[in-house]
Amino acid sequence: MTENGSKIKKNEWPLWEVFYQPKDGKPFEHAGSVHAPDAEMALQNARDTYARRNEGINIWVVPADKIVASTPEDRGPFFDPANDKIYRHPQFYSVPRASKKRK
Amino acid sequence: MDEQKQLDAFQKRIDNGETIEPKDRMPDRYRKQLIRMMSQHAHSEIVGMLPEGNWIQRAPSLKRKKVLLAKVQDEAGHGLYIYSAVETLGVTRREVVEDYMYGNAKYSSIFNYPTLTYADICVIGWLVDGAAIVNQTMLARSSYGPYARSMVRICKEESFHKKQGYEMLAKMASGTPEQKKMAQDAVNRWWWPTLMMFGPPDDQSPNSQELIRWGVKSKTNDELRQSFVDMTVMEAKAIGIEIPDPDLKYNHETGHWDFGEVPWDEFWEVIKGNGPMNRERIRARRKAYEEGAWVREAASEYARKKRLEEEKAS
Repeated sequence: MTENGSKIKKNEWPLWEVFYQPKDGKPFEHAGSVHAPDAEMALQNARDTYARRNEGINIWVVPADKIVASTPEDRGPFFDPANDKIYRHPQFYSVPRASKKRK
Repeated sequence: MDEQKQLDAFQKRIDNGETIEPKDRMPDRYRKQLIRMMSQHAHSEIVGMLPEGNWIQRAPSLKRKKVLLAKVQDEAGHGLYIYSAVETLGVTRREVVEDYMYGNAKYSSIFNYPTLTYADICVIGWLVDGAAIVNQTMLARSSYGPYARSMVRICKEESFHKKQGYEMLAKMASGTPEQKKMAQDAVNRWWWPTLMMFGPPDDQSPNSQELIRWGVKSKTNDELRQSFVDMTVMEAKAIGIEIPDPDLKYNHETGHWDFGEVPWDEFWEVIKGNGPMNRERIRARRKAYEEGAWVREAASEYARKKRLEEEKAS
């Protein structure tokens, strides 16, 4: 970096992850992130950045470093137990044919 | 796993059409190429606000002023979507931003041209945003998830940008002789620089093959350029605008429009920093960044004090 660049010393505003609810009754979705000094400005920045055309009716902002996520290496073992519990699916069960009749 | 095996495993994921997410294992070179390409793209959105912002206060009517304001605000949004995606690759916003203002990072050469009349604003919407749509529609299928998702968002807004420009230009081109002349003059100046937006010809594009192999891009620069020309010729005809290329001719064999040689010498000069507006653009960006520093500091300080007070109160 040149001399000019290093003039600006202050740290960057923290990063917030943005989630929005696209419509009434829909689950929240991840939109992206914004930088902001506090929660209030994070909400405003998120609104200006990700909801200029009514993309959302509600917004959550979460400090990015507070999010705990699974890792890609876990992908196999972490989700594996689901595979051998086929009794969690309705296809596992058989019912008398007659019960499916409407009349 | 040794390096070659890792590379092969990664290539296999790409070839299967899988999406790469931030925490996934990826070759260093893939990460570096993405950081370079995506940050360059983000800078272009931000610097792109300058030539258009130049006309906000002189818009010909309140309607056009509102439209231009909304468009320029969108460009800021586009820059932020992409910066947000770049940051998932492990770089900070500050690093990438300072890298074009004080370092060697590039932005699109198109924004190093001046906007001389309001017709330029029409033409930027029609041609420059039209070209961006061709490029970004491809990138919306990019192998890197955050990049692709930011492109989906951008593409939705980009069609408003193109349409407002095309509508204005059509109006101008059907106006008084002076207005017609102004419209044509702007097209004459922007046509070739727009074709340069797709990057150097395939045989001189060092990054293309690698980016295609990794699924970041799916078409070459020349292919994209051709689809843009094919799309634009009829749009020009429809509004009585002439494309300033005597070699432009429909090729019945290929089904494409053949066009003349792009002035590549000019392109390389602009890339090197010698375009008409390179210095002015960087000067304006540095000024905004440096003069805004106290605002960012003050907001941080305000947030810090508020946090302290809350801690005391509890």
